[in-house]
Amino acid sequence: MAFEGLSAKLQNVFKNLRGKGRLSESDVKAAMKEVKMALLEADVSFKVVKSFINDVTERAVGQDVLNSLTPGQMVIKIVNEELTKLMGDETVEIELKSGNEPTIIMMCGLQGAGKTTMAAKLAGKFKSKGRKPLLVACDIYRPAAIEQLRINAEKVGVDFFQMGTGHAPVDIVKAALNHAKAENENVVIIDTAGRLHIDEEMMQELITIKEEIKVDHTLLTVDSMTGQDAVNVAEAFNSKLEITGVILTKLDGDTRGGAALSIKFVTGKPILYIGTGEKMGDVEQFYPDRMASRILGMGDILTLIDKAEAQYNEEKSKELEKKIRKAEFDFNDYLEQIENMRNMGGLSQIMEMLPGMGMGNVNLNDFDADQGEKGLKMVESIIHSMTAKERANPDLLNPSRKNRIAKGAGVDIADVNRMVKQFYESRKMMKQMSGMFSGKKKGKFKLPFGFGG
Amino acid sequence: MSEEIENSGKKEKKGFFSRLAAGLAKTRHSISSGLSSIFSAFSQIDDDFYEELEETLIMADIGVNATMEIMDNLREKVKENHIKNPEECKQLLIDSICEQMSVPEDAYEFENKPSVVMVIGVNGVGKTTSIGKLAGQLKNSGKRVIVAAADTFRAGAIDQLATWTERAGVELISQSEGSDPAAVVFDAVNAAKSRKADVLLCDTAGRLHNKKNLMEELRKINKIVDREYPDAYRETLVVLDGTTGQNALAQAKQFGEVADITGIIITKLDGTAKGGIAVAISKELSIPVKYIGVGEHIDDLQKFDPRSFTEALFAGEEDNQK
Ligand SMILES: Nc1nc2c(ncn2[C@@H]2O[C@H](COP(=O)(O)OP(=O)(O)OP(=O)(O)O)[C@@H](O)[C@H]2O)c(=O)[nH]1
Ligand SMILES: [Mg+2]
Repeated sequence: MAFEGLSAKLQNVFKNLRGKGRLSESDVKAAMKEVKMALLEADVSFKVVKSFINDVTERAVGQDVLNSLTPGQMVIKIVNEELTKLMGDETVEIELKSGNEPTIIMMCGLQGAGKTTMAAKLAGKFKSKGRKPLLVACDIYRPAAIEQLRINAEKVGVDFFQMGTGHAPVDIVKAALNHAKAENENVVIIDTAGRLHIDEEMMQELITIKEEIKVDHTLLTVDSMTGQDAVNVAEAFNSKLEITGVILTKLDGDTRGGAALSIKFVTGKPILYIGTGEKMGDVEQFYPDRMASRILGMGDILTLIDKAEAQYNEEKSKELEKKIRKAEFDFNDYLEQIENMRNMGGLSQIMEMLPGMGMGNVNLNDFDADQGEKGLKMVESIIHSMTAKERANPDLLNPSRKNRIAKGAGVDIADVNRMVKQFYESRKMMKQMSGMFSGKKKGKFKLPFGFGG
Repeated sequence: MSEEIENSGKKEKKGFFSRLAAGLAKTRHSISSGLSSIFSAFSQIDDDFYEELEETLIMADIGVNATMEIMDNLREKVKENHIKNPEECKQLLIDSICEQMSVPEDAYEFENKPSVVMVIGVNGVGKTTSIGKLAGQLKNSGKRVIVAAADTFRAGAIDQLATWTERAGVELISQSEGSDPAAVVFDAVNAAKSRKADVLLCDTAGRLHNKKNLMEELRKINKIVDREYPDAYRETLVVLDGTTGQNALAQAKQFGEVADITGIIITKLDGTAKGGIAVAISKELSIPVKYIGVGEHIDDLQKFDPRSFTEALFAGEEDNQK
């Protein structure tokens, strides 16, 4: 991957910080200079970087360094925490109205951001959740934009509404709402033309729609590769249209995606979804913590260790170690491990870092991170379908329980079986590995290695 | 070539470049006096002044590295030439960036020879639109133009291009959606040869530069042109969205690995983005910017003018907002 990691740079700076017990002002300032550069390289807006650096510096100076950490690690911890906090503390789902009352969603954004594609992806997503979406073509300007939406609507198998290029978008929307009513469609997604935030006439077009129709969600779609201008764009769209959420596209590229931070910072609106490819299924939930890591650009095992250490307090890690050693590790721990792993930057990043470790029996070359991520999600949903008792006592799982769990998670019983088997294997492997590591430094290395492909 | 900026689009845009364009038609130099220059706020060259400059460059998306280099260079020159006056310092800076961005003399040679122009770039940057505009310009200057619809992937892409070729009044070579882009290019090259076209413009599907197989597809398309039309003058333009940040550098680099890039088109400069990443690219990769896109109208493509571009980098917010 093309990440030239901030972590590498930070490690460099922090070499000089090692061995001191408390963060002095000059230490933090030196470190923050590097953080600043790295955030700028990641395209975080200059003003946002400035303010972020000020806040974090203030927080960091004079802080006692936690027992288990070096001062450098402590700064990393603070930077990362603040960054994650800024990105939004949790994953936000778009709220759809219950029953048959239609939820009206309007897309907006600059030209080429990916609105049309995303509109169709969202329609597909809502459809798979049992909704009945309608896609409405209101881009009456760009040649073949309507055709593009029509084809994509067909691909995801949802209804599509258009009136050609000869009507005002607001009138198209009104007619579309009637159509939706007649067809019992309960999510109406309006695709609009790309427009510049400074193009007042074009902005007015969307304002008019909002004035005349009760739009429930106004979603700003932004190209994740956007540079410094992201703040201007987000600010303008937000102030004129009161956006309710943000969608980031093209994150399957190798951009660090600093725009995400800028946008969140200036609008305060949650980032809801991300686009990760050209296929209609390539839309994912947004995870603020993962985005924070991506912007930071962690690319090496050192960071992983730092974070792993920061993640666990001594007590908890001892407890976990004990559990692993005694093979008492249960589904709750498993779930927690997945969560922790996410906090460390997601599976693909961890896998990237691992080859240097030369972990014997996990064949990393064969590891497909996408696949792995999907697998993780499945594991999570399976565990979520277990009772508290089952989570604490994996041995309880018999075929009828597994059957119930499979139904609850919406997966095959074979998936449950595979997951349980993997769980036991992981537990075994962790036990072996805990032996490997415990000799070096206690509480040093606690990672869930059990999620091979 | 008609350099005239005809604002036949009903919408009056307020972006800096479009007004700049209109301004240029009148007097070429009035613009710099109109700049709310950050320089005038300073009476001497000190750290604050340099810092302000640095910020300006970074906020224009020039990037940390290129900015540092530019600043180091500037400091040196200021010292060498005993410059005391911020205004002079400004001129120095503008001149050096300008020089950096200069367009080679033979940049538009493809207009005068039987040529094949490949237009490539990541998704949504403005490839198809730029081709439409370019086709219009070339056609207006009396060239015989053929356009190849080698984006057979994105929904509606062929129809979109067809609208543009109609607007431009040029011929389109296309197959159905989902067909092999290399086959389309093959057809188009042969059409260009047999019809003695002056310029063949090839639209390609948007692709992220980190997708290996899609990049290989570009290589394959290029090979077809090499093989089928070895005498053609080759031009390969990478289109970059002017709003893009540092990733544009990675884009230019990666596309450069599969194609001999001869120039860059920066689009969407009618917005508030400055497109400063082009400075970093020209520094690091020495690829000249040849065109800028300043709107969605067929006339909104201009040959690159380093001076107005550079001056725009330093234009303040007020200049953008009318
Ligand atoms: N404001 C403005 N919009 C532009 C400019 N150039 C292109 N656009 C718009 O940007 C959007 C995307 O342009 P396209 O030409 O379809 O981009 P593309 O690179 O061909 O896109 P894909 O083929 O999907 O990868 C369209 O809405 C264009 O009208 C420009 O210079 N200024
Ligand atoms: Mg295109």
